[in-house]
Amino acid sequence: MIDFFAASRASDREPNHVSDRESSQKPNRASDHEPNRASKREPNRPVIKPDLSSNVAGIKSPNPFWLASGPPTNSAYQARRAFEAGWGGVVWKTIGHEPIVNVSSRYGGIDYDGRKLMGFNNIELITDRTLETNLAEIAEVKRAFPDHAVVVSLMVETNREAWHDIVKQTEDTGCDGLELNFGCPHGMSERGMGSAVGQVPEYTEMVTAWVKEVARTPVLVKLTPNIADIRFVGRAAANGGADGISLINTINSITGVNLDTFHPVPEVAGRGAHGGYCGPAVKPIALNMVQQIAIDPEINLPVSGIGGVQAWQDAVEFILLGAGNVQICTAVMHYGFRIVDQFISGLENWMSDKKFAVIGDFQGKSTGLIGDWADLDLSYKVVAEIAQDKCIHCGLCYIACEDGAHQSIDITPVDEAEFRAVLHGHISSLESGGKTILAGAGDGFVNRFEINQETCVGCNLCSLVCPVDHCISMIEKPGPFEPMTWREYQEKLALGEVDRILPPDHV
Amino acid sequence: MLDNTHLSRTRLSAGQLAANFSDLHPALSTDEARTEASRCLYCYDAPCTRACPTHIDVPRFIRQILHSDLPGAADTIFEENIFGGSCARACPTEVLCEGACVDQTLLRAPVQIGRLQRSATDASPPRNEAGPDTGKRIAVIGSGPAGLSCAYSLRRLGHAVVVFEANSVPGGLNTFGISAYKISTAFSLSEVASIKSIGVEIRTGETVDAGRLRDLHKSFDAVFLGVGLGATSSLEVPGADAKGIVEALEFIAESHSGPLSDCRVGRHVLVIGGGNTAIDVATQAVRLGAESVTIAYRRSALEMSAFAYEYALARDDGVRFEWMTRPVEFLGESGVISATKMVKLNMVGTGRSAVLEDIPGTTFEIQSDMVIQALGQNPTTGLLNEFDPQILEDGRVRVDPETRATPVPGLFAGGDCLSRGAEIVDAVQDGKLAAAGIDRFLCGKPCIRP
Repeated sequence: MIDFFAASRASDREPNHVSDRESSQKPNRASDHEPNRASKREPNRPVIKPDLSSNVAGIKSPNPFWLASGPPTNSAYQARRAFEAGWGGVVWKTIGHEPIVNVSSRYGGIDYDGRKLMGFNNIELITDRTLETNLAEIAEVKRAFPDHAVVVSLMVETNREAWHDIVKQTEDTGCDGLELNFGCPHGMSERGMGSAVGQVPEYTEMVTAWVKEVARTPVLVKLTPNIADIRFVGRAAANGGADGISLINTINSITGVNLDTFHPVPEVAGRGAHGGYCGPAVKPIALNMVQQIAIDPEINLPVSGIGGVQAWQDAVEFILLGAGNVQICTAVMHYGFRIVDQFISGLENWMSDKKFAVIGDFQGKSTGLIGDWADLDLSYKVVAEIAQDKCIHCGLCYIACEDGAHQSIDITPVDEAEFRAVLHGHISSLESGGKTILAGAGDGFVNRFEINQETCVGCNLCSLVCPVDHCISMIEKPGPFEPMTWREYQEKLALGEVDRILPPDHV
Repeated sequence: MLDNTHLSRTRLSAGQLAANFSDLHPALSTDEARTEASRCLYCYDAPCTRACPTHIDVPRFIRQILHSDLPGAADTIFEENIFGGSCARACPTEVLCEGACVDQTLLRAPVQIGRLQRSATDASPPRNEAGPDTGKRIAVIGSGPAGLSCAYSLRRLGHAVVVFEANSVPGGLNTFGISAYKISTAFSLSEVASIKSIGVEIRTGETVDAGRLRDLHKSFDAVFLGVGLGATSSLEVPGADAKGIVEALEFIAESHSGPLSDCRVGRHVLVIGGGNTAIDVATQAVRLGAESVTIAYRRSALEMSAFAYEYALARDDGVRFEWMTRPVEFLGESGVISATKMVKLNMVGTGRSAVLEDIPGTTFEIQSDMVIQALGQNPTTGLLNEFDPQILEDGRVRVDPETRATPVPGLFAGGDCLSRGAEIVDAVQDGKLAAAGIDRFLCGKPCIRP
């Protein structure tokens, strides 16, 4: 069954994004395409149960959590389990005309001092199942879950007829939309597909246009981050007529090298290939690219955000920076489909707390807050402050500032007895066998750490390394001069209206 | 001498004994160690390092464990403390490194530094070498942790060292004075072996009296005294000569002298004392199969010198406590202990300085076929007084706090003869400091190497 309604709305919008290019600079793009429509409620009305329903480029889902194209979306069995677990949408693992042949092994993980899979890498290719099997299963799942989004990721050779054929065959399943995989960085790219298309704006535009010639459902173009400036391919996709952009695909990577065998990780009979990197570690890269696409006036398309989402907060950040929904893969590969339940709970509670009724109420709220460095206020001044009643005396702030920043934390050994006299109740103390031991003390003293606010440059480093919540805060101080951006400074300097800002006395 | 031949040997099976005396804190698996290591914040000027008497760079070795460099972690530990393995097993970490751990505040649970230290020291032996020969010879009296720590440090500096040990087996209290469920005999001897391996000569069965000490002081370039303490204190109450009344250190030593199945233990055991040794013997008695074990202490739980952790260990082993009471008479039947007459005490004042008074009319009896006195050791005043009374003060050897030099030139000291009973880790530090002091004494400052 085909969702004609979604398809027709998608095509209705097509002319709009061209005309919007010049005018639209506003951060919240929700109204441009009317997905995730902002609520008209009174600002302070309590929200009982937020509406998580999502609409990206005309593809609707009960919530903004989609499974990204990948190993978890390889079969009807998995898609059913995913929907039953609560996922809003599934982007079927990329299908093509011919099943590919995979290798073993396929994945590599990056652990960080005790936490598993901070980053993840794979050299698995697109589906290794036949087109007939995939199409039959997609149709079966769509029939069983009419209200969930079933999007199919496509990749075929760069040939107009091939694309026309796969689009038609795929849409016959009743799927809700298509996602063009122009992003896979390994294997397929060597055969002129995947990122080989996504790295060349002209190819991206051409293939997108071929697809749009026949597609009746919304078409998302999935971008590769393995480029110099994501906006060029984004614009190419928009020019080709894409209905939305998904990003990011995985990043070229080598997970590591085995120190005993000297083989790369993951290895296939002692050799490796540049695999696609993903997982929590890539989120900042993804957020940056999502924001760049979301704010670009020449693109002006709905965005499906992908890259390192492993908690509801990550999803909120993608949406605040302009994404209409998010796609998740690695976190599911790590923990299973069940995590969506916590995504939904966390998002609902956060939206209730912030009094947001629908996704559109906060989508893009922060997109416009990121711009050129030159527009940042040079007079803005924060300094660090340590709450002594929270400090546990680990000294991490001190050594970070001393060696890694601006030598603005003082360390003072305080005699243990003297420290006890003004002892903050939060410090553990144990009496045992006639001895008393104070956590954080040793050799008869406790180190007291204090910020030298005269020389503190307000870099945040100490507050980032501090292991205690709310122990080090950055507090605002009056600026040394009236608010002035670097751009304004340059103009005023040229006009002789301001003196040159002197280098700091303390480096 | 230990006179307990009226008691039967332990009735427990060899398997049960092995289980009871297996490590109190078994070694962490590699995964466990790495997970625990990941909790360490890597503090700067870390409180744990400062709280360790030997100042082991704890964050450094934990980070080395975290990053799978166990030999490096072991080097870090042994660099400061050649008895890192013993300390990992027997240190009262709750009042040292782990008590100081900042996670004690953050998570109410310190990083398990002792167990991580064990992981590293188990994985990789010490691998230091003797320094280039200086031609200097030092005599070390006593092969306990103070003496051997000093000997090892001196050897690394290139000095020749001869250790004189009165006992036939080396290691001092590390070998005989700590219950086997904490430090096994074999482990203690393995530490001694690694110290010998860099050329430290140990002469066992060599008792040093005042005359011999004078000779050694003349014939060697310097002498280190690590003689520990003397005989254990005994109660002077009627009936104290009954069979079955033993000293704590004798009871512990027996568990190291032969197979555990040869150890004799009463069915009902009364332990007198409130220190860590009292706890050690009480739990050892339980582990050897005593049916009931009672600790009687003249003060209350608050004044015990046993650490809270040790107290909890004894309670968990089912040991009963009788507070504020003292023995007034040992009662025997045909010369063998059968019960102890106790009187309740009243504390006038507070803390350990409070005066204790008998409460008239409160005597009661505790039935037992074994009494273990854990009342601490007396100073080794005889030898030292005879050698030179000016080196003693209040039962302790007087030393310079930095170099551990006694008032007698060329004579240095450390360990329990200074502290009157402290931890292994304190003895190790004394030996280390004395070695540096001796080196400076012999070679000037800085020491010029050939």
